[in-house]
Amino acid sequence: MSGLTFTLKAEPNQRLDLSSLVPGRLDGLSEMAIAVLPIGTTKELLVVGDLFDIALGDTASIRLEGGSERFDRVGEGLSAGAVHVEGDVGFRAGRAMTGGTLTIAGSAGPHAGSGMSGGTITIAGDAGERLGGPLAGEMAGMSGGLIRVLGSAGPRAGDKLRRGTILVAGDAGEHAGSRMIAGTLVVGGRAGPGAGRLMKRGTLVLAGGADGLSPTFLDNGPADLLILGLMAKAFSGSAIGMPLITGAPMRRYGGDTAVLGKGEVFVPLA
Amino acid sequence: MPELTRNGIVIDDTFAEAFPMRGTAIVVTAVNEHWAMEAARSFTGFATSVIACGCEAAIARVLSPNETPDGRPGVRILIFAMSTDGLAKQLATRLGQCILTSPSSACYADLDSDTKIDLGSAIRYFADGWQISKKFGGKHYWRMPVMEGEFLCEARTGVTKEAVGGGNLLFLAGSASQAMAAAEAAVRAIRKVPDVILPFPGGVVRSGSKVGGKYKGMMASTNDAFCPTLKGVTNSALGPDIGSVLEIVIDGLTYAAVADAMRVGLKAVVDLGPQEGALRVTAGNYGGKLGPHHFHLKDLAP
Repeated sequence: MSGLTFTLKAEPNQRLDLSSLVPGRLDGLSEMAIAVLPIGTTKELLVVGDLFDIALGDTASIRLEGGSERFDRVGEGLSAGAVHVEGDVGFRAGRAMTGGTLTIAGSAGPHAGSGMSGGTITIAGDAGERLGGPLAGEMAGMSGGLIRVLGSAGPRAGDKLRRGTILVAGDAGEHAGSRMIAGTLVVGGRAGPGAGRLMKRGTLVLAGGADGLSPTFLDNGPADLLILGLMAKAFSGSAIGMPLITGAPMRRYGGDTAVLGKGEVFVPLA
Repeated sequence: MPELTRNGIVIDDTFAEAFPMRGTAIVVTAVNEHWAMEAARSFTGFATSVIACGCEAAIARVLSPNETPDGRPGVRILIFAMSTDGLAKQLATRLGQCILTSPSSACYADLDSDTKIDLGSAIRYFADGWQISKKFGGKHYWRMPVMEGEFLCEARTGVTKEAVGGGNLLFLAGSASQAMAAAEAAVRAIRKVPDVILPFPGGVVRSGSKVGGKYKGMMASTNDAFCPTLKGVTNSALGPDIGSVLEIVIDGLTYAAVADAMRVGLKAVVDLGPQEGALRVTAGNYGGKLGPHHFHLKDLAP
């Protein structure tokens, strides 16, 4: 049985809240019941049927044919099953996920994977700012799971990351890994200024180097560590498929000593 | 005792009586095989019998670099104890004193199970606050700064409650050298069987024991019925043609693994023949009342 498919009829004229279109929340609903679910965010009423053609199928596997940067909160709270978007999404994609897989064929807006604690998000394009990060007032960002970004990430990727792994194949914007509490952020390209600022613990691997670390990071010298090899092997394996690092020795910086100082930033030796 | 004969070797119609144990497997790697073996030998030292060592442990096999998690040479170690708590204590102590201390070593879990005991998690505080937890790819590691660089260790390992300890074979030969030849042949064959170890020195034990003794507090004492120097003065199990006896003891992660090991060991001794090796093969038991696992030689004979 193929999955439940929503095919976009036209570009939406307002931002959409698509958090209801996740496995578990659509079980047992008829096509009519799904079609009348509200997805609008303005005073103008907008329901699923207004924007999407619905093809019923297995609700454990939901597919959105077509995307838009107005597709907000896609896959929010996902706990099991799969959501696939054949296009772009807006903000908070996969926020608070606890399991399952969310794949986005296009790019994602801000706060993708915000506060997620499990599952896997794959973004084939770019990710907006604060990838995995907390919303205002929240104490921690992502606390588990895996985010794969095949393009680049915006500013503050991995902000307040507490646990879990974020892999960015391209570049990262300014302040990547800011305020990290723990966890792992790997950037295949180059990181913008201020990487790791105020990180307490955690691992920041910047395979393409960084545009200047804060002077509160202290040079530990070259590090030939087994963990780099294990990460290289795990990330390049078929399950993840992102050979961002080789496992070769890298230069290690400890910090940010402006705070606890038990984090680490790896950059190329030369 | 009824018996059967294979290739001129008498095989007693008896059984080895074995016990349930808790077991786990770990992989130790190092920069080369020499240092992996050093760490493993140290870890598995003084681990021949739970009677006094607290656990039974040995190297199961040497691993090539493409078989280990970090691509370096390594060894697989099995360790067994009578309780999960006892196993955890022995594992932590030996890990901390023998593998953590060994240059270039790293340690990984090598047994999947829902029941887990601490591996690196048990010794991480050695790092005095500088330990680093890393979770990715479904694995959890601890990294501990050490003077050489960094010790990497997986956090936890699985425990099986299906482990079996005390599978055994006794080789009765005309002389000590023939008994040795039989035991060595069995050891060589059994070392190819997965998921088993032979915890005694070189896989062989010369001082097989019986339960208890005449002295108060003795958990075990010499198996006088099989001591050739006591023929005639004790209730000996040895005929006049037997001059020496050696035993092998087998621990395995499963009943089937121990049975396989006994089967190939028995075959190796039978193939060696009575001129070079044993005249008779038997097994140790306690009348079948103590251990739930009975390995009947007649079922395992080639």
